[in-house]
Amino acid sequence: MNYQPASEQFSNSFIVENPERQTFFVNREVFVSDDVLEREKRAIFERCWVYVGHASEIKNPGDFKTRPVAGRPVIFCRDRDGVVRALLNCCRHRGALVCREREGNARQFYCMYHGWTYHPDGRLKSVPGDNAYGAGFAKDEMGLVPVPRLEQYRDFYFANFDRNAVDLGTYLGRAKDYIDIVVDQSPSGKMEIISGTQEYDIRANWKLLVENSVDDYHLIATHTTWLNYMRNSGVNVTPPKGELLPTRGFGRDLGNGHLTTDNPNYRGRPVARWISVYGEDAKADIEAMRAELVQRLGSARAARVADTNRNLCIFPNLVINDGSSVTVRHFYPVAPDRMHVIAWALGPVEETEAQRARRLHAFLTFYGPGGFATPDDVAALEAAQAGFAAWREVPWSDLSRGMGKPVEEQLATDEGHLRVFWRKWNEMMEARP
Amino acid sequence: MNEMLGATVSRAEVEDLFYHEADLLDSWRLDDWLKLLTDDATYYVPPNDKPDADARYTLFTIADDIVRLRERVIRLKDPNCHAEFPPSRTRRLIGNVRITGVDGDVITAAANFIVHRYRYNDLPRVFVGRYRYRLRRVNGALKIAERRAVLDAEELGLLGSVSFIL
Repeated sequence: MNYQPASEQFSNSFIVENPERQTFFVNREVFVSDDVLEREKRAIFERCWVYVGHASEIKNPGDFKTRPVAGRPVIFCRDRDGVVRALLNCCRHRGALVCREREGNARQFYCMYHGWTYHPDGRLKSVPGDNAYGAGFAKDEMGLVPVPRLEQYRDFYFANFDRNAVDLGTYLGRAKDYIDIVVDQSPSGKMEIISGTQEYDIRANWKLLVENSVDDYHLIATHTTWLNYMRNSGVNVTPPKGELLPTRGFGRDLGNGHLTTDNPNYRGRPVARWISVYGEDAKADIEAMRAELVQRLGSARAARVADTNRNLCIFPNLVINDGSSVTVRHFYPVAPDRMHVIAWALGPVEETEAQRARRLHAFLTFYGPGGFATPDDVAALEAAQAGFAAWREVPWSDLSRGMGKPVEEQLATDEGHLRVFWRKWNEMMEARP
Repeated sequence: MNEMLGATVSRAEVEDLFYHEADLLDSWRLDDWLKLLTDDATYYVPPNDKPDADARYTLFTIADDIVRLRERVIRLKDPNCHAEFPPSRTRRLIGNVRITGVDGDVITAAANFIVHRYRYNDLPRVFVGRYRYRLRRVNGALKIAERRAVLDAEELGLLGSVSFIL
């Protein structure tokens, strides 16, 4: 294909889809351009529901976590009445952060610049020397500003900076079914974020991690050493003849830009499918967990929960991988060629000490900056980003795998589900807000 | 106190072990490095936000038992370990070595570290923190039963992956 530059005004589409030739190309300018990133901030991150945190992270009144949401400093907290809040961490007086700790329990937030204090629900509590203000100073209107919208689904809290956005439930649509499968691991329907945060940068464009999180095509080449480890540990990871992976899974379009892989399990699941890595002494425990699932959910639903792995991407930047363990991972752009990743492990609240330890062990074998797989993903994404320096001469990324096949036949090793992301991304970038 | 500890181990002996280990790791002699470990050794890198946590309840960056540690070495020697191929050049400076306690046959010791890491096509990175060790004598030789590399950075951030042995 000849090089056709997308203009600086983005008048040409970044995506070139040709159903006849069954090709789908993405222009690599989208990974390197400051202008594209600025537009993404306005057109995507300020208009979509973006992940804030999980209710379990702030269990008690006064608990708080500070974190960036869509580039804004946010205090994610539970007020004295138990209401979950997401407050912009920005003093109404002169703008300083009113909370500079990572986490804790606060009776109030205290701005160290001039000493204004705020209640955990955001209301302004006290202003030193407030007799210096005139009639126009209304203390009850000077609380910390909440994010414009904050809603939750099954304890996952999301913010939206667009007041007119559809409600979270409508936005999530069919992705809710896949969140339900994750939560069904817990007998009480309560999952919790486990203590310990993995927070690291990748020197690559944030959209590459969306692709990578759900792209099963890369598994064999990128994760050879992880597969070797599984094999050495007695797990059968040999693909059947003619297949790329040990089991044949699918890539699914969940609507609104959300997507997932949906794979029969071969790599073990803490709830509840035993593999040799867990050790013989874990067998009975996992069988008991399996029996609980069957008793509570019926055998079909139990199999759905315990025998499938799903890497779910909630558009634009939240990934819930329910695979070797459950990871909740979100990431946001710092620059066109750099993203910041924050990841946690998620588990049922009622797990025993042994079950929790098994979950964490399984997590670390694959996921995270010290795992046997994630560092190689990072290397792959950084290699791609480095290659994009030649984007003017080699402008197109190819995501054509599976083009022309019916939706229901799109494999996880095809790229149909990646195209779901790109079509939604393109639609939002082309819309004039 | 130190004289009492000296009866079972001297700081010089601990320093020799740490310096030898650093040399093996920096020169990627990983099989030789494994020989410094006990048969039940563990290796931890706690999460940056919970440096004092217990790996049974907390998501670590690395929490290897000896089985996975040996597998990690297999992985690191494989050219398909893309994060470490070509291997990082590392140089570790270890200081402030102290014996912190003796409990039965277990000697605990600590040291500060600075690990410089260089890779082709990549930024130089500097990992700073504290090692906490549990050491044990096996047939007279001082061996590593547990090594814990606690990073000072508030988050990994631009340190990226901990894909080599820290």
